[in-house]
Amino acid sequence: MTDFVHPGLMFILGALPIPFLKRSVRKAYVLLIPTLAILAVLTMHPGAYGTAQFIGQQIIVAKVDKLSILFATVFSIMALIGTVYALHLTRAGQHVAAFVYVGSALGVVFAGDYLTLFLFWEGMTFASAYLVFAQRSDPAFRAGFRYLMVHVTGGVALLGGIILRGFATGSLLFGPVEGGLDFATCLILAGFLLNAAVPPLNAWLTDAYPEATVTGAVFMSAFTTKTAVYVLARAFPGTDLLVWLGTVMALYGVIYAVLENDCRRLLAYHIVSQVGYMVAGIGIGTEMAVNGAVSHAFAHILYKALLFMGAGAVIHVTGRRKLTELGGLYKTMPVTVALYMVGAFAISAFPFFSGFVTKSMVVAAAGQDHRALVVLALTMASSGTFLHTGLKLPYYMFFGKDQGLEAREPPRNMLVAMGMAAVLCIAIGVFPQMLYALLPHPVDFEPYTAVHITESLGVLMFTALGFVMFLKALEPENKISIDTDWFYRMGARHFMWLAERPLARYEKAVSDVSETAALPFLHGAARAGLRIDLHGVDALVNGFARTILRGGGLLRRLQSGVVTHYALAMIAGVIAAIAVFAVAWQ
Amino acid sequence: MIKRVVDFFGDERHAKTRRRLFYLVLVLIVIADFLVFRAHAEYLWERLPGWSAVYGFGSCVLLIFVSKFLGHRCGLMRREDYYD
Repeated sequence: MTDFVHPGLMFILGALPIPFLKRSVRKAYVLLIPTLAILAVLTMHPGAYGTAQFIGQQIIVAKVDKLSILFATVFSIMALIGTVYALHLTRAGQHVAAFVYVGSALGVVFAGDYLTLFLFWEGMTFASAYLVFAQRSDPAFRAGFRYLMVHVTGGVALLGGIILRGFATGSLLFGPVEGGLDFATCLILAGFLLNAAVPPLNAWLTDAYPEATVTGAVFMSAFTTKTAVYVLARAFPGTDLLVWLGTVMALYGVIYAVLENDCRRLLAYHIVSQVGYMVAGIGIGTEMAVNGAVSHAFAHILYKALLFMGAGAVIHVTGRRKLTELGGLYKTMPVTVALYMVGAFAISAFPFFSGFVTKSMVVAAAGQDHRALVVLALTMASSGTFLHTGLKLPYYMFFGKDQGLEAREPPRNMLVAMGMAAVLCIAIGVFPQMLYALLPHPVDFEPYTAVHITESLGVLMFTALGFVMFLKALEPENKISIDTDWFYRMGARHFMWLAERPLARYEKAVSDVSETAALPFLHGAARAGLRIDLHGVDALVNGFARTILRGGGLLRRLQSGVVTHYALAMIAGVIAAIAVFAVAWQ
Repeated sequence: MIKRVVDFFGDERHAKTRRRLFYLVLVLIVIADFLVFRAHAEYLWERLPGWSAVYGFGSCVLLIFVSKFLGHRCGLMRREDYYD
């Protein structure tokens, strides 16, 4: 037996046969691969695997330690849940894309050097973009291309940073970044922050995720941003800038969520908000803060997937996604409501749900690090989280005004997947020690103190009071909100205007000038040149050649070929020489 | 069982019970917050019983109105065909 089987490669290579399998076999097969991957992760040991030399650099395909095992564990569990949720799909394409996406994310998590990391990083981009394109609608195609272009730009920044850093330090090994933020490091950080959806680089997420397929969005909600959290935790713990970016991010997401009408876009804004806690925790950089950040990533993947699955089930059944068009579904979809609410309680950090034991670790770490403002801002964001995902979204989606929609529970595989995620959300909340044992640093934190419970419930339940009192103000509106994607969406429009109007006109003017003035002049000049060539240069050369030919003919006449002529000439020559010699000697 | 719980939160006929239960929970939480033992309070507000209730309510209201202000007055919210 080998010590280590790369779970990422299991997914990527395992994706190859999927299109060739019959439907029933395919179902078993796509469940088998994530199960084997979970086993591979659970049995792996720390160490470096797959080392090689490439262009004079050390390559480590897999560097295994506690941090990478933590992320690989939740990634492979999530892959299984996501696959169960997508089991009813008839086309193989999305399974293949999801597997390559998960495999690439695992590749990043184990990458020991920047080249390996970059390769898998780009693999994630392209595989995940397919999950948007697979929706096969015009808005999805547009959003997919925007998603690709933003991520390719981020990838170029990352690659530039990697190359500059490689030249400066001579090593491409991936680890904590030493020293200050020089230009190369800033490029790498920008590439990472883009994937973590840190404002102002966040709009790709809220733009693309709601346009993805119902099953694709579940995968997307889990992997891209959390891979970015992993690389930030690995390379930039204790970077003060991240504390502020993370705190702003946590509030940014909840503010936009108030305005949102699309159910999955609202959830996407809450990814931005929740990743803010993780980014802030990494920025604080103490052992407790990093533990909090990465454990929150673990919990977040599960509850956010559960929420996306719940919203996805509603879209799957009703075909509607706007809160203004939904309502009254609780009668026909009670199980979906209950499972969705488990996710909502988990993200809101209710006691005995997963968010309670992870989010509070980040907030407590900020408190220990004497960052009062961060504590207050993150607590405020918690209130906003419950307000939207726990109250506003379920109220307008499931309860509220009955729109008389025909609905039923989603297919059983969807409910099973949601059930799996819900069980884990509760299990982590009730038995936090299981998760704490996986964390990279020893844990000295007890979430279940009386004061923590009453304070959390106080914040949450009085948020509910605010919701009840100002329900009218929260009424969803049939509008969209402008985010930072405005710059490139409108920028692209202005660029196209520039290309179609002034630039095209300039191009036409230039070609007109060349056709009316420059071309006739050039033709005339060419003709004159030809004339000079034929009558001047050629005549001179020809005359010269003729003169030489004539001289050659004269010479040839001297060579008669008669021996007596030559003998006579020799004798005349000898006599002439003697005469010259005699005269010259005297 | 799940259906009955979900129906309790949805059906209009339970509205009164729901409201009473909700206010009861709020009161209990505030009372509990006064009773719990506060071992080490890092910040001033941690020593104030009931602070979290006030802060939670305040945060909620602030978020709603700041967001709506940004959306309506600062032009963040646009018609759905804005980009078309």
